[in-house]
Amino acid sequence: MYQKILLAADGSDHSIRAASHAVKVAQIDQGKIDIVYAVDGKTSKEDVLHGLDKYEVKKERQEKLLPVIEVIEEAGLECETHVVHGEPGPAIVDFANRNEYDFVVVGSRGLNQVQTMILGSVSHKIAKRVHCPVLIVK
Amino acid sequence: MNVAKIKQDWFGNVRGDVLAGIVVALALIPEAIAFSIIAGVDPMVGLYASFCIAVVIAFVGGRPGMISAATGAMALLMVTLVADYGLQYLLAATILTGVLQILFGVFKLAAVMKFVPRSVMVGFVNALAILIFTSQLEHFEGESWVMYGLVALTLAIIYIFPRLTKVVPSTLVAIIVVTALAIYFGFDVRAVGDLGNLSSDLPVFLIPDIPLNFETLAIIFPYSLSLAIVGLLESLLTANIVDDMTDTESDKNKESRGQGIANIVSGFFGGMAGCAMIGQSVINVKSGGRGRLSALVAGVFLMFLIFVLGNIVVQIPMAALAGVMIMVSISTFDWSSVKNIHKVPRSDAAVMVITVGTVVVTHDLSIGVLAGVLLSAIFFAAKISKVKVTQIVAVEGKKKVYKVDGQIFFASVNDLVAKFDFNEAIEEVEIDLSLAHLWDDSAIGALDKIESKFEQNHVKVTYTGLNAESKQLKQKIGGLSKASGH
Repeated sequence: MYQKILLAADGSDHSIRAASHAVKVAQIDQGKIDIVYAVDGKTSKEDVLHGLDKYEVKKERQEKLLPVIEVIEEAGLECETHVVHGEPGPAIVDFANRNEYDFVVVGSRGLNQVQTMILGSVSHKIAKRVHCPVLIVK
Repeated sequence: MNVAKIKQDWFGNVRGDVLAGIVVALALIPEAIAFSIIAGVDPMVGLYASFCIAVVIAFVGGRPGMISAATGAMALLMVTLVADYGLQYLLAATILTGVLQILFGVFKLAAVMKFVPRSVMVGFVNALAILIFTSQLEHFEGESWVMYGLVALTLAIIYIFPRLTKVVPSTLVAIIVVTALAIYFGFDVRAVGDLGNLSSDLPVFLIPDIPLNFETLAIIFPYSLSLAIVGLLESLLTANIVDDMTDTESDKNKESRGQGIANIVSGFFGGMAGCAMIGQSVINVKSGGRGRLSALVAGVFLMFLIFVLGNIVVQIPMAALAGVMIMVSISTFDWSSVKNIHKVPRSDAAVMVITVGTVVVTHDLSIGVLAGVLLSAIFFAAKISKVKVTQIVAVEGKKKVYKVDGQIFFASVNDLVAKFDFNEAIEEVEIDLSLAHLWDDSAIGALDKIESKFEQNHVKVTYTGLNAESKQLKQKIGGLSKASGH
């Protein structure tokens, strides 16, 4: 049923929570999970400033996603990580649609109405624009 | 470079580049004016610089999609030169800065960047942010509450407007609204026109009007060197950020040369020295700019706007510009470094704070970077200078083995010598250096000292486990010092 599953994650608590649900979806029919991490301009700037070296930056991002990867690997599943650049919402939508995933799982930051107005909701953007079923994990 | 690559760099993304270039031009105007005022020159100097640098770098830069123009980091370095000697010396210094940067590029010194530790880079941007902020405080002196109100309004628009639409840069909207209010209500606040002239002339080629002698060189050289270093540091950092954002590579040495060429052109056309801008480059990439065309459009459109709107630009209240500069300083500051200051190693935090402190006191970013690099070098030397020596008794009362573990160099030799017991009544000592590395003549000197101290007590010394490099060094220098010293 769901073979190609995309997990949008940034290493935060809600993305670790989302990972455990992605595992459940993958276990329905031996699906494979890909992790996508969106890096926006501000994060790019901070990462490069603190890492300076390209490989250092790559390593640090991989480390950030480690808790998420662990959740998946502990369930006996393999996963591949991808880093995309740009505003998280559109970048993840574009990645999911371009690579024709069957199912997308994303954590919700649990913002209130005011925060959503100011910060914008990544999970809502994904749910609205991705062409496949989307699971928003609270 | 082949034709396909040139075509891709220039015309691979025409629509995105043109739109992003226009957005950047709009955001550049207030910054170029504000940075000119920081440096103490007419707004035209910063605008000419931004035009020349953006246009020239579009052709000769190494990082397509990066925006270079007049910047705060550079403006802050020029303040005393302009105050003491005037604009003509600044133009000459700008040209010399360019020459130095080309030399840096030719001799491939971009790699030297790796000697600047990350805590120094973080200190650099934080210090820059603080200086930009404090440079705005003078505009509040002797002003009424209207000034504070307008600055607050500017900041409110800058931060809230993007929630409505991101198509128009919010700084521009803020400036238009605040300028319109100031004109309509006739507020008694200072405007750009009160601080300098703005003309609608295109820049023209001029040779700076200075005496061409050694005295002039002695005046401008220290400034040019600081400008060249700071400019390259910020440009290469920005290039790395754009590399990361676009997931592409760039030619750092070409960028160094390009920055140099751009500054030379800027100096001859009446502009001040500039470099790559982190904030504007991020805006450019976010707005869809990727190619060389984006920088070209930004520069040309900026000049066009000044040409057409010069009369309105002089009426922009300083309050609006101060608001924009406060936003620039907030976004330049690396807030994560303060948030995580308790997590990073204490020596790194110290280097960052010292870099910031030095800059805030001296108002010179290059001195801060130098202090930071020196301090990191000292911390590093201190960290690796810890030598471990373990003693093993091989033959009771006769032979002892000293196992040395660590880097033996000028900073660690004192510790090393103190760890040997020279007064023990034994016949033979073996120094095992298989876990040690000898680095310099201080290391050889220390071994000689140990050897001679043991010899005074008639103890025979042998070495084992020297690695090839250390052995070579020991033979080379050891032979010399033995021959001459004993």
